[in-house]
Amino acid sequence: MSDPMAFLLWVKGPMFNWALAIFALGTLARLLEIFLLGRRPNYAEPRGGEWGPGLRTVLTRSVADPGTFQRAPFDVLVGWIWHVGFLIALLLFIPHIELIQALIGLGWPGLPNPVVDAATAVTLVALVATLIHRLRHPVKRHLSTAEDYLIWTVTFLPLITGYLAYHRLIGPYPLALGLHILAAEIFLIVLPFTKLTHIFTAFIARWYNGAIFGRKGVQS
Amino acid sequence: MAASKTLGERLRERGVSRRGFLKYCAATASLMALPPSMAPAIAAALERARRPSVIWLSFQECTGCTESLTRSFSPTIEDLILDVVSLDYHHTLQAASGEAAERAREEAMRAHWGEYLLVVDGSLPGPRANPGYSTIAGISNLQMLEEALAGAAAVIAIGTCAAFGGLPQARPNPTGAVSVSDIVTDKPVINVPGCPPVPMVITGVLAQYLVFGQLPELDEYRRPRAFYGQAIHDRCYRRPFYDKGLFAETFDDEGARAGWCLYRLGCKGPSTYNACATMRWNGGTSWPVEAGAPCLGCSEASFWDAGGFYRALSVPAEIDGARILAAGAVGAVVGGAAVALTRRRVRAGEQAREPVTVDELEQRQ
Repeated sequence: MSDPMAFLLWVKGPMFNWALAIFALGTLARLLEIFLLGRRPNYAEPRGGEWGPGLRTVLTRSVADPGTFQRAPFDVLVGWIWHVGFLIALLLFIPHIELIQALIGLGWPGLPNPVVDAATAVTLVALVATLIHRLRHPVKRHLSTAEDYLIWTVTFLPLITGYLAYHRLIGPYPLALGLHILAAEIFLIVLPFTKLTHIFTAFIARWYNGAIFGRKGVQS
Repeated sequence: MAASKTLGERLRERGVSRRGFLKYCAATASLMALPPSMAPAIAAALERARRPSVIWLSFQECTGCTESLTRSFSPTIEDLILDVVSLDYHHTLQAASGEAAERAREEAMRAHWGEYLLVVDGSLPGPRANPGYSTIAGISNLQMLEEALAGAAAVIAIGTCAAFGGLPQARPNPTGAVSVSDIVTDKPVINVPGCPPVPMVITGVLAQYLVFGQLPELDEYRRPRAFYGQAIHDRCYRRPFYDKGLFAETFDDEGARAGWCLYRLGCKGPSTYNACATMRWNGGTSWPVEAGAPCLGCSEASFWDAGGFYRALSVPAEIDGARILAAGAVGAVVGGAAVALTRRRVRAGEQAREPVTVDELEQRQ
């Protein structure tokens, strides 16, 4: 009788702690490995600073260069749309902010629910579009591995379950909410061990790129 | 003898006006999501209804549910409806006590075998628990329920303890308490949870049974959809503030005074299905959220164990910081070990390197 509630309490309690623990373990292991290994010492005389160009590149690489946009406008545009939508749903939905505040003590103002709802709907459509594009594009389909489909799924699940729970499209509600939290936990668990690490490494890689070019005195 | 009089006759004897009765019927119709045109039909059916026998078993409970039903600040039609229901056995409300009370129960069961409504409030120690944790006249709750169940037409579990186990079942559940539907498998069960349930929900369920002679449509938790079909959150008058992102941060700040949403103060309205927001309490005077208190989620299973009453719904029940820190430390060690391994491999590679010149390569060929 109380099974959906027991499920919700499990995903909100022990499972949540396990997911966070695995996320912390995996992420620290991966990031420490990257940082401690560092790069080969460069004995050449530097022609410019590393920090400035490094940090600038972290930002500038967010915008695709014109050539990339001309070659793959769909990837750039839809990629941007769903990343922004995902971040809005994740970081600006008030219950999520409450959770983050309870975890790390940091809070910020959220967006009104209808805005977050619309962003989520757009993100869902964009994600489905990326999957269709990946499946229909011969080169992309050829390049795609099982991991690519896995991370698409673990990214899509928290969004769709959140949307279903918010609109109460599946019931009972504790089950809907529990499924959403579980999907987010799977995302956290999978993150450190797959391409999803780009959430962190994309910025590290950009910094290294910018820093290398900066040291050589070249524009990046 | 008493059972031969109809409900209508009894209500008239008690001085309930036709107008008051019809108003009650109209309210019942709207509660059951029926068109207002159904009110006369309900009135007619209620008037014709024979006094159904109700046996009310109180197990591991606090009498709050009975209080909710009887302690309305003025006598209401709901009261009277319940009065005219033949409440043949109810610890708190019956005059008889001791052996005589138990005899009344047995007689009522015999007289209305197969027809009576069994109302249970309170959880009961389960089949594997020590039956001595809760007994009445030396009879264990489980035994009494099973005996009464055999001749019951249907079972109504009143209150969260009876419906879901409630407070007695909360961790660590020392008495092995279970809900009614954990025991009853072969009879229809209606759960009317709440701590306590809204009085009119209790009488509404009874009225629906009397009018239509059948059990109401139930949700996944066997709660009548008419009363538990919508979340508190979806009918809350503070909902616009939630959607706009305006929250009371403490119980006495500007937001609290302005009547903003209580989500951040731990309101469980989004996950709670009950009729408080629409029917309200104390004759429609107010209800917890209107009084400035967040909804505790009392009509949901395991609500005592579902995290702090004053913590937001999305916040985990308990955050195990030590485990997360420990896992992070293990991660750091794993990362360090991976680095050490890679470094050693690189160094070994450097040592095992055999420099070769172009001339040497050409000679080898």
